Amino acid sequence: MTTATALDTHRAAVLAGLSRGWIETRQSFTETAKVIVEAFFSLIYIAVLLMLRRKTMPGTDFSLAATVLPGLLCMSIIFGGIVGPSVSITAEREDGTLLRAKATPNGMLGYLVGKIVMVALSTLLKFVVILVAGIMLVNDVIVDARACLLLTLIFVVGMVATVPIGVALGSVMKSSLQAGLVPLTCGLLVIASGLFFPITVLPTWLQSFVQAFPVYWVGLGARSAMLPAQMVAAEIGGSWRMVEMFAVLGVWAAIGLVLAPVLLRRMARRQSGSAVAEVRARIRSKGY
Amino acid sequence: MSSETPAIALDVRGLRMRYGARDVLTGVTFTMKRGEVLALLGPNGAGKTTTIEILEGFLMRSAGNVSVLGIDPAQGNEAWRARIGVVLQSWRDHRFWRVRELLTYLARFYAPFATAEVARPWDVDELIDVVGLSKSANAKIMTLSSGERRRLDVAIGIVGRPEMVFFDEPTAGFDPHARRDFQDLIHRLSDFDNTTILMTTHDLDEAEKIADRILVLDEGRIVADGSADQLASEFTTAAEVRWTSSGRRHVHAARGGDATSFVRDLLIQNDDVTDLEVRRASLEETYMTIVQRAESAQSRGGIPNGAAAKISDVRA
Repeated sequence: MTTATALDTHRAAVLAGLSRGWIETRQSFTETAKVIVEAFFSLIYIAVLLMLRRKTMPGTDFSLAATVLPGLLCMSIIFGGIVGPSVSITAEREDGTLLRAKATPNGMLGYLVGKIVMVALSTLLKFVVILVAGIMLVNDVIVDARACLLLTLIFVVGMVATVPIGVALGSVMKSSLQAGLVPLTCGLLVIASGLFFPITVLPTWLQSFVQAFPVYWVGLGARSAMLPAQMVAAEIGGSWRMVEMFAVLGVWAAIGLVLAPVLLRRMARRQSGSAVAEVRARIRSKGY
Repeated sequence: MSSETPAIALDVRGLRMRYGARDVLTGVTFTMKRGEVLALLGPNGAGKTTTIEILEGFLMRSAGNVSVLGIDPAQGNEAWRARIGVVLQSWRDHRFWRVRELLTYLARFYAPFATAEVARPWDVDELIDVVGLSKSANAKIMTLSSGERRRLDVAIGIVGRPEMVFFDEPTAGFDPHARRDFQDLIHRLSDFDNTTILMTTHDLDEAEKIADRILVLDEGRIVADGSADQLASEFTTAAEVRWTSSGRRHVHAARGGDATSFVRDLLIQNDDVTDLEVRRASLEETYMTIVQRAESAQSRGGIPNGAAAKISDVRA
């Protein structure tokens, strides 16, 4: 009798997960309901760039849109990496998708791989759409080899720092309603992290607070890649602080990579047919 | 793992489950042979779903010994999981997926668990045909009717060619035609593939048609265990005899459920008997008797274990 090795079975699950990620990414471009949601934010971002196109920073002739573009790129990473997985994992726990994964050998591994692929691909697409639109619409941003390399690096590091956190949050949230707190919190952090105005105008305590989170650092990284050198004057300490940026994002990546599997496994352990049936009854009676 | 397959697929001894201060299962004991089809019957809240979820490895029990295909579900690894099929009730999951797409995806996980005895997984197109979804193979799951969706649930449950399948209320939402197809599928699985099948149901008629054996669960314990016929003969207090004699219609309830001797005497003593009718209790009446008897015994403080044991003896 042949016995499957763990390597064979894990490989099958990872390959299945890759196909799952691809199928779900494809769905987000072919399903009208999904396309509308996906396109909504990209269109808003592009509209913002269009409106600020002719404006300049007060007291300078530097394009205001150029300072906003890195902020929008940062938002696409944060919303894609944290909000995307947390909201969808909570929803898929409630609709029974996770229970199906649990009933399948190594199904949770396949599910997780699929989720990462889907999140990475769809975030990358939005990132590229905003970047291309920005380059076409906005003057004063730098697009050279250094900028491309840095942006690639920041995208990759940004995803590694945020997706595990998103998975962990999605595993902890008790219901879809609670998971709604995640985009809200991210939105507040985005506002307070100086993506759209110089952070140095904020009170020092708030500056220190937001520097604990990935949003500020991904934003700083995007600005360091795309803005001319003299713009560094508007940053804390008058520096792009690359070392600190990679260090903080690295710490978040480490925290997320340790927590996500533990929390996901703990959450999956509690899934059963009756747990899903309870949610179904709740949603049928209360509507959420 | 050896190539000889053990005769016992499932062994449950003294299974208890307690949520806080509430006992849901109070010592459930039964075994299943390989290839057997067993229906777990009982009123709402009897503990059917709790039992099946413990056996599926989705719920941790409070006490007792459980072995499914030789392995404790609480410690079941992925190789064990590959030998188990769980039929879940779909709701909104994978609604943008297409039928063949989802089955193909799920089938991939089982391929490395194929053995010399069991070719895994099912060929997806063959499976779609077997469950009667050929016309909807390329349909989005959200567009399926509730009956089609249940067929898909069954297909997902067996795509890995499980040796043991659990169905919780499998035919809820089935029309009579789908119900017949489902019964045929169950027979196919148990007869040709020697699959062991445990299902919970409310539907007595279905239990009678599909199951080799019926287990009645009430208030967390087994109150009857046997084939439909065994249950009927053991638990029915009376068989009804009707006849016409001297122009009058008569009705007699024969105690003990066996009317043979009564009818023999009746015919010997009266030679004008016509329109003789002997009606044994239907399974439904038997079931009601079992549950009522169990509940009245419970309220008197006695546990009618004797009743369950009696049937087991008959079977043995």
